[in-house]
Amino acid sequence: MKKKTNLGNRLLIGIVFFFLYAPILLLIFFSFNDANSSVIWQGFSLRWYTKLFQNQLIIQSVYNTLLVSALATIIATIVGTFSAIGLYSMRRKFRNPLMTVNSIPMMNADIVTGVAMCLFFVAVLGGWNYLAVNYRFTVNLFGAVYRITFPQLSLGFGTLLIAHITFNIPYVILSVSPKLRQMDKNLVDAAQDLGCTWVQAFFKVILPEIMPGIVSGPLIPFTISVDDFVISYFTAGSATSTLAMQIYSMTKKGVTPEINAVSTILFVVVLVLLIIVNVREIRAEKAAAKRVY
Amino acid sequence: MKKLTALTLACTLAASLALTGCTIERVDGTSTGGSSTDNGGSTDNGGSTGNTQTDGKRVLNVCNWGEYIDVDLIQEFQEKTGIQVNYQTAESNESLYSLLKTGGANYDVICPSDYMISQLIEEDMIQKLNYDNIPNYEKIGDQFKGLAFDPNNEYTVPSTWGTLGIISNKTMVDGEITSWSSLYDDANKGNVLLINNSRDAFGNALIYLGYSVNTTNEDEIRKAYDLIADANKRGIFQGKVMDEVFNKMEQGNAAIATYYAGDYLTMYEVNPDLAYVLPEEGANWFVDAWCILKNAQHVSEAEEWINFLASTESSLANMDYIWYASPNTEALEKYPEYYKETYGEDLDMDLYNIMAPSAEVLKKCENYVVLPEETRNLYNDLWIQLGL
Amino acid sequence: MKNKRSLLAIPYVGWMALFVVAPIVMVVIYAFTTADFSVTGENFTRMGTFTVIFTRSFKLAIIATLVCLLIGYPLSYAMAREGKGFQRVAMLLIMLPMWVNFLLRTYSMMSIMENNGLINQFFAAIGLFDLINGIFGTDIQYFKMIGTQGAVVVGMVYNYLPFMVLPIYSTLIKMDNTLLEAARDLGADSAAVFRKVILPLSLPGILSGVTMVFVPSVSTFAISRLLGGGIQMLLGDLIEQQFLGGAYNPHLGSAIALVMMVIVVACMWVMNRFGEGEEQAVML
Repeated sequence: MKKKTNLGNRLLIGIVFFFLYAPILLLIFFSFNDANSSVIWQGFSLRWYTKLFQNQLIIQSVYNTLLVSALATIIATIVGTFSAIGLYSMRRKFRNPLMTVNSIPMMNADIVTGVAMCLFFVAVLGGWNYLAVNYRFTVNLFGAVYRITFPQLSLGFGTLLIAHITFNIPYVILSVSPKLRQMDKNLVDAAQDLGCTWVQAFFKVILPEIMPGIVSGPLIPFTISVDDFVISYFTAGSATSTLAMQIYSMTKKGVTPEINAVSTILFVVVLVLLIIVNVREIRAEKAAAKRVY
Repeated sequence: MKKLTALTLACTLAASLALTGCTIERVDGTSTGGSSTDNGGSTDNGGSTGNTQTDGKRVLNVCNWGEYIDVDLIQEFQEKTGIQVNYQTAESNESLYSLLKTGGANYDVICPSDYMISQLIEEDMIQKLNYDNIPNYEKIGDQFKGLAFDPNNEYTVPSTWGTLGIISNKTMVDGEITSWSSLYDDANKGNVLLINNSRDAFGNALIYLGYSVNTTNEDEIRKAYDLIADANKRGIFQGKVMDEVFNKMEQGNAAIATYYAGDYLTMYEVNPDLAYVLPEEGANWFVDAWCILKNAQHVSEAEEWINFLASTESSLANMDYIWYASPNTEALEKYPEYYKETYGEDLDMDLYNIMAPSAEVLKKCENYVVLPEETRNLYNDLWIQLGL
Repeated sequence: MKNKRSLLAIPYVGWMALFVVAPIVMVVIYAFTTADFSVTGENFTRMGTFTVIFTRSFKLAIIATLVCLLIGYPLSYAMAREGKGFQRVAMLLIMLPMWVNFLLRTYSMMSIMENNGLINQFFAAIGLFDLINGIFGTDIQYFKMIGTQGAVVVGMVYNYLPFMVLPIYSTLIKMDNTLLEAARDLGADSAAVFRKVILPLSLPGILSGVTMVFVPSVSTFAISRLLGGGIQMLLGDLIEQQFLGGAYNPHLGSAIALVMMVIVVACMWVMNRFGEGEEQAVML
């Protein structure tokens, strides 16, 4: 597009960003409030930050959130990358219906996904528990008899992770697929003709080609995972709480500035990380530009 | 395609087996009594494998109301017993019931109110307690034992009690509030907060109309519904709230709300313009009690938890934090003294009487009992209709 | 199958069948049964009662989507015309708010819009209410915002605007400059260039953005609860109420979810026919 800056554009951008950031700045501001309030300012204090680290419930929920998001993103990236390659190699007849299914978790309303998964997990685990209670296996191994008892299961970290992986995979596939389509189809065949095995062709040809897609892929699913409330709410069960669930229960009785504090920390950490990454990229680009001349 | 399906199924099965961490015990005669456990992928916070003590860590899943415990007590309990407490909150008795019924939750110990306890007993969802393991049960006052929800004292250990009355902001209403009618009065248009659960909301209307809160007469309930629905149409209500009431009342965003006495006292600490009244028509008083669920997997931990909270020290600390009266007789008597020791000033006895009203006052108040299923369904239907 | 590589998709196909398709089948089963799992259509015949909520949800979601489009398109357009460095920063700033949980952001919005919130306090401080009361002889101390449908729409726009900007912006920056020059050279004025070249080329982004704003808006329950004061009930609230809320009935809840899903899918289908040929949503 034609690059032209004018005041009107800048003004529009400024106003929208003010709208987006005013509530965030406000809550960051009140995390330093001495009083337990997000309306009345009573002087600067760091006491909510100290209190935060003593609050096991919040710390545990932050840990759960980051862990589930990180695991889900990693697994989804691996599975998603392979699946994208698989889907890309399929005939259209097979691929198109699968791409439709792929878009379900993204296009479906969160609450429907959450409710559906909740019903499904409860039914499956209910069946499992019934079996676990009523059937016990004994195994005769090297002369000793062992009894295998299957534990009773319930919704928890495992189901939460499954749910997050499920809604993360489609985003990974979406970011990898375009790179695959851009790739020269003959490259792989050429590699194999030249004696590469299937696996070698994958690592030496396909992977480097689609790397940009894989690298930029996880950011969005990870962000969405961290931000997710509705699906977690329906699949996390009673023993696991994510930060979002913790916040939801607090939005009712009044959010304490501890939550503002933890959000401020997260916000600043991400901001710093993104700045570092971007500065590096800019430097790399500049270095690359210099090399050309 | 068949092969693929089989492969996928096999993979899933293998993965699920690896993740669930099944227990393998030696059961033949040569066993030394020790059992080897294989806790493959089980997460240490009790995660998806809610099984007992695979890795020797004791866990307890608690569900309580929001803002209903001194958080330090949880910490103290964990340090004292080494039991890890997974603490979650529910919003109202009805949503707790949904949570249990959906099957999404596997709590061990919960703290429902009187009428909900009856319903849970009726549906065989909670288990009888072994009071030998809860010695502090003795300290609970007799007036809280043998109540309608647990006539033979088999299922529950009372944890808190109080009344449901009207909270108003003196600077925002004219004159003194004495009647439930103020909830439906045009004078307070747009400034009334309706309580967001069917039992309490209809209960208030029923008392105002002069009916029993436990009526099963459909006409009476429908009249109560009409009263609320009509007020809603006239724009009297600013919103439907449960714990959101704290912020709204504390910051003067609404003039009138119905809520529980203990929570009023918490709000009063922040905003001294607030007043609490039990209307002349009468009101509701409630008892919340600890129960252990039928399918609880950590019963002994749950008993320890209940016993810990029923002790006089915990009751005092909790009462001081949440402002709900404890049924522990000793704690109830000692509280003014405790207050003086902690804060170095006398407790305002007016506040104490709001927190723990005398037997005389309670006589004017009615306790909820469980309603028959038919009436409950009517409540549900009308409640949904009200939201339209 | 074309070759062995397509086998790589098998675990994924299994996963999706198990965790995407099977759960939806469960919803369908629940929707057509009663509490004791006998087949019934009763859950759907009751749907008429909820027409008000269906209408309200779709109305508010459509308004929110339109507002997002009206703000989001010019914004993306403006961003795409900036320099590379500016664009980079702007993109960062669009994504960054998602790192503060949306519930907390909405909660913050709530404290801004309360009767005693920042906006009203600001208006009171500059004497706006005195002025109005002086002119019209009224007696108002605040503008009522919480509990109104307007507040819910503001909350939706606030939360979902980035989902409109991202896809539109990414189609705009991919646009080939030479095309625009060609159009100009062939005598099109800037309005015509926009209408005949830019708009059609960015249509996939618009469609994708509209979907990504409309779907969460129509099904939200946290926003309506916080900003609508609980009296502006939306479909999300209704469904949540049946599962984890105050009126337990997962069968009715499933039926409502199913009807909502069908309507949404129908809307998307009709809409996507305009963007014919585009294989998938543009997101990155």
